[in-house]
Amino acid sequence: MSYRTIDFPVKVNLDKCIADKGCTVCIDACPLDVLAIDLSTGKAAMKYDECWFCLPCEKDCPTQAIHVDIPYLLR
Amino acid sequence: MNTVEIETDVLVIGGGTAGPMAAIKAKQKNPELKVLLLEKANVKRSGAISMGMDGLNNAVIPGYATPEQYVREITAANDGIVNQKTLFAYAENSYAMIEELDSWGVKFEKDENGDYAVKKVHHMGTYVLPMPEGHDIKKVLYRKLKQTRVSITNRLVATRVLTDADGRVAGALAFDCRSGTYTVIRAKTVILCTGAAGRLGLPTSGYLFGTYENPTNAGDGYSMAYHAGAELSGIECFQINPLIKDYNGPACAYVTGPMGGYTANAQGERFIESDYWSGQMMQEFYQELAGGKGPVFLKVDHLAEETIANIEAILHSNERPSRGRFHEGRGTDYRQDMVEMHISEIGLCSGHSASGVWVNERAETTVPGLYAAGDLACVPHNYMLGAFVYGRLAGETAADFCSRHDFAGVDAAQVETERRRIFAPLTRQHGLAPAQVEYKLRRLVNDYLQPPKVARRMELGLARFAEIRADLEQMTASNPHELMRAAEVGFILDCAEMAARASLFRTESRWGLYHYRQDFPAAGGGEWQVHVQVKKSPAGEMTVFKRPLEPYLAPPEATEQYSYQHLRIKSATATA
Repeated sequence: MSYRTIDFPVKVNLDKCIADKGCTVCIDACPLDVLAIDLSTGKAAMKYDECWFCLPCEKDCPTQAIHVDIPYLLR
Repeated sequence: MNTVEIETDVLVIGGGTAGPMAAIKAKQKNPELKVLLLEKANVKRSGAISMGMDGLNNAVIPGYATPEQYVREITAANDGIVNQKTLFAYAENSYAMIEELDSWGVKFEKDENGDYAVKKVHHMGTYVLPMPEGHDIKKVLYRKLKQTRVSITNRLVATRVLTDADGRVAGALAFDCRSGTYTVIRAKTVILCTGAAGRLGLPTSGYLFGTYENPTNAGDGYSMAYHAGAELSGIECFQINPLIKDYNGPACAYVTGPMGGYTANAQGERFIESDYWSGQMMQEFYQELAGGKGPVFLKVDHLAEETIANIEAILHSNERPSRGRFHEGRGTDYRQDMVEMHISEIGLCSGHSASGVWVNERAETTVPGLYAAGDLACVPHNYMLGAFVYGRLAGETAADFCSRHDFAGVDAAQVETERRRIFAPLTRQHGLAPAQVEYKLRRLVNDYLQPPKVARRMELGLARFAEIRADLEQMTASNPHELMRAAEVGFILDCAEMAARASLFRTESRWGLYHYRQDFPAAGGGEWQVHVQVKKSPAGEMTVFKRPLEPYLAPPEATEQYSYQHLRIKSATATA
């Protein structure tokens, strides 16, 4: 069972994200620990679909690289 | 897996609201003590107030309310089942706590004279203090933790409290949800501040993490206190809240009420006299929701543009700021539209109802060296300010205990048994996904425990829960993150079983919808003017028993009790 492209609530703008420079602000902030560095890009990405859409990741991001959507099930 | 051993005088588990305060106050009481604050997420942004809070719901402020008046009102709101000593300890310490938080930089609404701008939301007293700029309360707490030199450790999932042969606290066991490192923490005292059991019922959306409470709060502390031998109380008094339909944030009648907003039925009519949350209020809400005039809405569309803009500014920047985004997606505008509401899934929470770990007025549980504060501790209706006040009491009481006691002995067998239990899912090559076991468990919680309650249904629920307990032995996890989710399924299952057994035991109806028994629809007599306690017996069985009510220090007057039993507006009758 696999899906090609799933829309996750947490969207990271890869051009703005500076995780590859050592920033882990969003990864530290997430209460559910669902964000991690994507090893293929070096940028932050949503690893587990366990988002509470609480927004610290978006508010605390120093480069405004994150936008959080309401999960599809609740939209 | 590596094992790390840590030694501390005071171990605080949970770095949300009560936890940071407990750690700060223990350290202030005795700066010589080692105080460790352990958090499952990151203290900077963890817990129920990760994005701040829009107000204090139950502030007892001189000039507006007295502790006696508050205790009488909450006694009526919680249908008489309270230990008034614990309510007094909250009420008498709440104003000093507000002033202290104010001095730390937490912003409360003030009038043009600089006095607190307290609002009336409750039936009788005036207790609501808005915090329109309450969004950075966690930053204030974090700064204070650093100033006070509290040690902090993040991403550690505590799973059991260690006890010695005499039942005294000896520390706690935890693992790192990123590295998987097993951590044995030796401590003289443990303060549990792990919040509500927020992942008990399944939201109607079916989304596991679309809960009212921060879903990190899976009921960890309820389970840990239970296995440590502590008494829990009022577990049958569930938490059920009015929420925006599908968006799991509160509609916030406490914010909109003083500005003219109210809860209405489909015809736009007000049907309850007061929007203050109680089981009795939820009963009326539920009847209207399911009745011919349903569903239920938050109505602010009649208010002036400036007022609506103000409401939006507060609600879309505090507590659950993504709510503006949700409304936008549905095309809901407060100016033209009422906001559709629904009721939340069931949970356990003392901040909003009364279900929690039994504590006295010093935040002591029934286990020596174990304390509890915040949503986890049974001090009815004490909300965020209660978490701060009881955090303080727990921290100070624990600090005193440390000066009189040495460490208790750590039982190597407990450490080893827990290591095997916790890490087993990592060793299984095949098995059940923790998310699937959790989904099934929480679906069954809805099917069998959601009020209205009936004995036969809850007995069937217990039979299903027992089957799921066997399934725990088949869960598999491929990394420490999934291991955390697997551990949480165990917490949720313990909470579900306690909720069923406590609800079966109380053969009467009380607290409106929170404990509405269809097979015992009336309130019982004096024999049910008692607390219902849950406790693990020495043989490992779940026992349920009565604990007598302490005599009231401030008995509510008949008129006060009446106002919480007759919430429906006189002209408004629900159409079935």
